[in-house]
Amino acid sequence: MAVNHYDTIVIGAGHNGLVCASYLARNGKRVLVLEAADVCGGLAATHEFHPGFNACVAQYASHLPRRIVEDLKLADYGYQPGRLDLIGLSPGATPLRLSDANLNGAASADLEAYRDYHRLVDKLAQMFQPFWQKTVPPIGNNSLPEILAFAQLGFKIRTLGKEDMQEFFRIIALPMYDLLDEYVSSPLLKAMLSWDGLIGTKQAPRSPNNSVLHLLYRLQGSADVCVNVPGLVNALSGAAEAAGVEIRTGAPVARIQIEATPGQTSDVTQLAATGVVLENGEQITASQVISNADPKTTFLTLAGAEYLDIEFTNRIARYRDRGMVSKLHLALDGLPAFSGVENPDGRLLLAPDVETIEWAYDNAKYGELPEQPVMELMVPSLHNTELAPAGQHVLSANIMYTPFEVRDGGWTETSRAALLESALTVLEAYAPSIRSQVLGAQLLTPQDLENTYRVSGGHWHHGDFALDQLIMMRPTHGAAQYTTPISGLMLCGAGTHPAGDLTGLPGFNAAREALK
Amino acid sequence: MSQYDAIIIGAGHNGLTNAAYLAKAGLNVLVVEKNDYIGGAAVSRELHEGWVYSNCSYVCSMMRQSLHRDLDLSRHGLMLVPYLGTVNFADNGDTLLSYHSEAAAYNELKRISRHDADAMFRIQTDLTRYSQVIRKTLLRTPPDPTSFKPRDIHELLFLAKEFWSLGEKELYEYIRFFTLSAADFLDEYFETDIVKTSMAGAGIIGTALGVYSPGSSYILLHHVMGDVDGSIGAWGLARGGMGAISNAIASALQSYGGEIRTNAPVERILVKDGKASGVALSNGDVLNADIIVSNLDARRTFTQIMEKEDLPPGIYEKAANYKIRGSSGKVNIALSGLPKFNNVPDNPYVNRGGQAFSGSLETMERAYDCWKRGTWSDDPFIEGVIPSAWDPTVAPPGMHWMSNFIQYCPPELADGPWTEEKRDQFGQTVIDKIERYSPGFKDLIVHMEVRTPWEIEQEVGLTEGNIFQGELTIDQLLFNRPFPGYAQYRMPVKNMYMCGSSTHPGGGVSSACGANAAREILMDLRRPNTVPEDDCYDE
Repeated sequence: MAVNHYDTIVIGAGHNGLVCASYLARNGKRVLVLEAADVCGGLAATHEFHPGFNACVAQYASHLPRRIVEDLKLADYGYQPGRLDLIGLSPGATPLRLSDANLNGAASADLEAYRDYHRLVDKLAQMFQPFWQKTVPPIGNNSLPEILAFAQLGFKIRTLGKEDMQEFFRIIALPMYDLLDEYVSSPLLKAMLSWDGLIGTKQAPRSPNNSVLHLLYRLQGSADVCVNVPGLVNALSGAAEAAGVEIRTGAPVARIQIEATPGQTSDVTQLAATGVVLENGEQITASQVISNADPKTTFLTLAGAEYLDIEFTNRIARYRDRGMVSKLHLALDGLPAFSGVENPDGRLLLAPDVETIEWAYDNAKYGELPEQPVMELMVPSLHNTELAPAGQHVLSANIMYTPFEVRDGGWTETSRAALLESALTVLEAYAPSIRSQVLGAQLLTPQDLENTYRVSGGHWHHGDFALDQLIMMRPTHGAAQYTTPISGLMLCGAGTHPAGDLTGLPGFNAAREALK
Repeated sequence: MSQYDAIIIGAGHNGLTNAAYLAKAGLNVLVVEKNDYIGGAAVSRELHEGWVYSNCSYVCSMMRQSLHRDLDLSRHGLMLVPYLGTVNFADNGDTLLSYHSEAAAYNELKRISRHDADAMFRIQTDLTRYSQVIRKTLLRTPPDPTSFKPRDIHELLFLAKEFWSLGEKELYEYIRFFTLSAADFLDEYFETDIVKTSMAGAGIIGTALGVYSPGSSYILLHHVMGDVDGSIGAWGLARGGMGAISNAIASALQSYGGEIRTNAPVERILVKDGKASGVALSNGDVLNADIIVSNLDARRTFTQIMEKEDLPPGIYEKAANYKIRGSSGKVNIALSGLPKFNNVPDNPYVNRGGQAFSGSLETMERAYDCWKRGTWSDDPFIEGVIPSAWDPTVAPPGMHWMSNFIQYCPPELADGPWTEEKRDQFGQTVIDKIERYSPGFKDLIVHMEVRTPWEIEQEVGLTEGNIFQGELTIDQLLFNRPFPGYAQYRMPVKNMYMCGSSTHPGGGVSSACGANAAREILMDLRRPNTVPEDDCYDE
């Protein structure tokens, strides 16, 4: 066997790729991680966007379950859990601060309503928790694992009790707009509570069917937030290398090598992944190739439709993964002063009500730029002083909703400048002196993310969080249990169950399947 | 002593159906109706001498065939006539005609796009197949998933079996209906906007969702699962207007000995010792009955004609939270002649179909954006039909009437409630748009009735003028309709039931809600069931 042969090649050193590789290496596999960029992290990687100022590309907080943190001993490599409050701002109103179960600044009626809301939502989030950490078998063929999985889910739902069970069946499909309308009255609180059901995906407050599940998914790991993402990525790559994983950066994969081998049980030839070819022509062989790239990139670019059956290819082609979030990084010469906020150490939401969110979405659905963008932002340099020169700060904002393709001309200098300008105008309404503090700015549109980070559609979650693209259907049936129609080729990215955000769960689940 | 075995509030088609089946089982029933005419939203009204408008619902496809035949509605005067294809008008003046004849439909589509002509076969086959599963649930009572009663478990297993028997691949495709927008769904089949648009209207009619809203593809399915006497997907008209349906059911009811009292608005449902005992009419009359059935929508039933104290805790709030949004308007027009439309061949076939002024997907979606902002679009989606083209009983000789259904129309405007002036402006918007496609249209107008959600609520009694008595979204379908725990027609107060479209299977002139409720009532009374099972056609 060639020296250059690995048990497993993981394509992409995003956080899921690193988690997956670490688990495999810890189980004795010889693992190589290939990363196209010069640094690890994928969309969680840190880069210098202005001299002396660094920021994380797409993410600024992680929600790794404790289990992964402990298994990989991430604390030994510098991982530190933190806390992240959600601070809601509305011009002229007292800011609201939400810290898990505690809500500060709200009227007493809303406090009570929030308690009821939180109790229910938290209970449902707990119920789902185990399902994010397991492989959900395919449905419709009455297999034993299928029956067991659904029996477990059925049992879990039963144990909610009659009333909560009824509420579960009803609210799971509600739009955030309706759900929150039933509970709270403060427009700002509604916007804050709806945000986590919407962020990153093609959903507006009035869109039914998907957002509550998304919210429950986002809530599952709230106990283990890490706000220092560069630290997390270092810990993950440190832990991976300590486990024996070989990581090669600057090594973009051109394609996955696929060979036809005679079938084991029939005459039909089977296709098997046997390694990868790098863009520089180098070939590396492996018994198993696990792709941390998104489904479209993996199947249509790296593997090739010629190796897939037409129905599967169609399903991948129609997979909805056009991102709607742009990232704005600002280099600031001091701490930004948001009116009414003493310490901007949380996630600041600049969306005064759900209507404003809805109107921003309405613009984007036609390919227009939002007239009044809504955004969440953080000052990551408060949590990691290395990101900016002493006394200076980085502001990192996720702007919703920005179209992947701007109508009539696409993303041009003009449209980028227009978005930057409207974002600054919104920021100014909350932090009046911010414009004078700006030393430099970087705007990353979904298209930039696609081009720079090789993520199809520039989608944060590697695909919309929608009922038909979730659980045993993520990314699509036939590839939703981490294996793919091509033997030896597996998926471990956010385009698999349970989905996006910095949770490490797709990588964790994929590693378990790869070791089977 | 009770005067009646059962009183049904509201003489809409579901109330009449419910009463008919109870009367058929030998009960002494009375239907009370607030208006001086029966039918609720399935009515024919002569608002201008010589013209009979179906001034609310205007076409029919959900009517359950087994009920139609069981109640012998044809003998009671009902005649359903399938209507021919629809002409779609695009923003740029293009038209697309749909035909019943597959060959004709294919040729017309091919004129636009060969690809889409082929895709139309696929989508029709797929939609028909998917609708089979739902069709089977229409005349069944939804199970309570929280219950351990054998009947509920049996029904749950029935549902599971029906869905699972779709098979792995189909099941995945099916789930997509509940999350895809109508536009996304149609994108997967078609390449041209006009063909997509021609299909998209069904995804938004009557609902507060847009063609780009996730879940609107289910509404599309809801609108294609109907049939005209077994011909799935077909749409029909009732000869003499939609009131002919109500009148036929009423006639069946009377033949079984049931009574109907019009001009009898109910002020209160009377509750004694936690049991419904009768109704108080607004003229002061009190009528007692062993059973009270409300055909009103869930919001109106619990928040308007019941005392909050009579309800168990939480029900009032559930009713107040019930999603029942006014989103549609109606403009009924008496015409002195048959209008001519641009780019449409002048043949009798085309004139006997509908006219969908849909524009484009974006035009439709922008109309929805206006609704969200509490206004109406100056370029709304209009579905028109000219029933007089093949029903000579609804207009004087040589003259016609046109029904126009407008999506969207807000229940209340951002700058305040509807006024007569604003209503007339809304009507003007509609005829201006039609005039664009039919020059000279306005000169034909003899009389015009404009109905916003406000008028529909005032006259018919539907909250916000919602034609389905509640949104058809997952949170309000099947065992969630109208609210979880009360989907089996029995209401939180003993001896009280609901039989309107707020219950499973939801809106549409189907009579299914009324019949299902009757079956449950008779079961509680330990009387033999008089309600037939559905005829399901597997294609």
